Amino acid sequence: MSRKITIEPVTRVEGHGKVTIHMDDAGKVSQTRFHIVEFRGFERFAQGRPYWEMPVLVQRLCGICPVSHHLAAAKAIDVIAGAGTGEGLTPTGEKMRRLMHYGQMFQSHALHFFHLVSPDLLFGADGDPAIRNVIGVALMHKDLAVQGVMMRKFGQEIILATAGKKIHGTGAIPGGINKNLSVAERDSFLKGADPLNIEKMVSWAQGALDFFKDYHSKNKELIDDFAVFPSNHLSLVRKDGALDLYHGVLRAVDTDGKKILNDVDYQDYLTYIGEEVRSWSYMKFPYLKSLGKEKGWYTVGPLARLNTADFIPTPLAQKEFEIYKAYTKGKVNNMSMHMHWARLIELLHSAEVIRDLLNDKDLQGDNLVAKGPKKKEGVGLVEAPRGTLFHHYRVNDNDQVEMANLIVSTTNNNEPMNQAVNYVANWAFNGKKEITEGMMNRVEMAIRAYDPCLSCATHALGQMPLEIELLGAGGIMLDRKRR
Amino acid sequence: MSKPVVATASLAGCFGCHMSVLDIDDRILQLIDLVEFNKSPVDDIKTFTKTCDIGIIEGGCCNSENVENLKEFRKHCKILISLGECAIMGGLPAMRNGIPVKECMEEAYYNCPTIDKNDPKIMPNDDELPMILDRVYPLHEIVKIDYYLPGCPPRADLIWEALVALITGKELSLPYEVLKFD
Ligand code: SF4
Repeated sequence: MSRKITIEPVTRVEGHGKVTIHMDDAGKVSQTRFHIVEFRGFERFAQGRPYWEMPVLVQRLCGICPVSHHLAAAKAIDVIAGAGTGEGLTPTGEKMRRLMHYGQMFQSHALHFFHLVSPDLLFGADGDPAIRNVIGVALMHKDLAVQGVMMRKFGQEIILATAGKKIHGTGAIPGGINKNLSVAERDSFLKGADPLNIEKMVSWAQGALDFFKDYHSKNKELIDDFAVFPSNHLSLVRKDGALDLYHGVLRAVDTDGKKILNDVDYQDYLTYIGEEVRSWSYMKFPYLKSLGKEKGWYTVGPLARLNTADFIPTPLAQKEFEIYKAYTKGKVNNMSMHMHWARLIELLHSAEVIRDLLNDKDLQGDNLVAKGPKKKEGVGLVEAPRGTLFHHYRVNDNDQVEMANLIVSTTNNNEPMNQAVNYVANWAFNGKKEITEGMMNRVEMAIRAYDPCLSCATHALGQMPLEIELLGAGGIMLDRKRR
Repeated sequence: MSKPVVATASLAGCFGCHMSVLDIDDRILQLIDLVEFNKSPVDDIKTFTKTCDIGIIEGGCCNSENVENLKEFRKHCKILISLGECAIMGGLPAMRNGIPVKECMEEAYYNCPTIDKNDPKIMPNDDELPMILDRVYPLHEIVKIDYYLPGCPPRADLIWEALVALITGKELSLPYEVLKFD
């Protein structure tokens, strides 16, 4: 008798995910699917709006990392406003945006580590779900909770100073930025009362990384052997191959480290990237056209970025990058759980970049906006905390948006998340008649490694809720578990 | 006296309102002392285990699941709060309200420039996917709402002041700067 198992994370952010696992007559897993059940329709209702509204509109698709949408949209409309792609901005415009972006990266990665990952590390993956959440951390490890809260606060204050608001700001405008950083604002970040200053943030970021490395050395099996599968990896890199989260060229490597997208201009992304629709999910499946739909899928995010980049352009993070790279002998890293390690290296890097920027006089400049001959179409890309984010707009003669196309980070990771779920299902569910807590937990862990936006806030705030149903032929419920 | 019980949910919102709750920063530790959380993404309690004093909801209703969830909240909460523009007026998702759902879907799945024009036209359609409503509804059109906190998202200070006032019965003192609609 064939069966179907449904795992339903009920909470939603950008979407609401659901996993179904089909079993054949012999009780073997025959098919797994990770469905996205949310649909907004932005591509259509953006039409007719003036293009300069895009940076403030689109960010409202996701309040978890609104700055990423704000800046990707701003970069696309820079092109339309004739300000070029990244290099065309004034030094003050470009650096203020970078500060905003790295502030966002810092708060997002810190939130992820302290609110999501630390409960698992402190209470164990099989710890009581009732306390294995951020409230449990706050009650039992107050010092750590305070660190998490303060690191997030620091990042949010940077966003406030550059974007005007902590969530859904208005700082980036066509061709630049609407304010610079005052000396008073700068000094509050450089010399703020303990702990709210950049030196403390750098040392806390280093501390979080050391905490993780120590955990890793004692729990090798969990971190190294779970949900490992070959993948291609894609991200922006700086022209010289350095890690860059704000601007660069598109690079992709295959699982052997061979470049399959060689530092191309992302304005031409349509030449390289395609998307497939599948009837069972509202989320599309992107792929590299040169490799086709079957083989062309790729991973984005911290793991992918540390696979594509040649080096990290800040000293502390570069040292950590070398240790990280040596662990895989320089080879491409396909271990899903190493995403957490890579994320923490980026956290440290972001703190260093923020420190460098704060000491840069260009932030007090007053040439804020660049202009040039208008264009009809523009593409904007940034590396969001969760991976490459594409925005593409075309406008008509009245400056109204005529076409909008977005590929968000979580969409880029659609196939890898499906692969991870499939890996876990084959490993944990084959031949099983009942669902155990451990099985649910494994599926959850596999999805969580990707920090998908549809549940990242849930993760940030607690554990992803799951519902699993075992259905027999004819839809008769055999077993049902929920937590 | 036992602590007041609070439940929260995000329907068709962006989670920015929940993030704004986190922006009360270290006062979050005070909040944990002041209230007990029930059904909420904060603590992963999935179903109501008791009657709650305060329910806080972000986001409007864009599919059938949102409506069911909202009715559950009304049933289990003595006081229900619409948190933010989306809950109060539909917000950004309601920009699709003047447009037929079919057109929105076609734009995303047929006309999208990244989709190969030679591919067979596919529209997501599966038993596992919930039904999309004809338009996005604000909460008060579906159930009775007791309080509204404006903003996109409401400022952290506004959320904090309102919650403390509700819990302690103290009068609300809101400086003009924290009451904003953006
Ligand atoms: S009101 Fe604003 S912040 Fe709140 S859910 Fe809606 S879009 Fe997000």
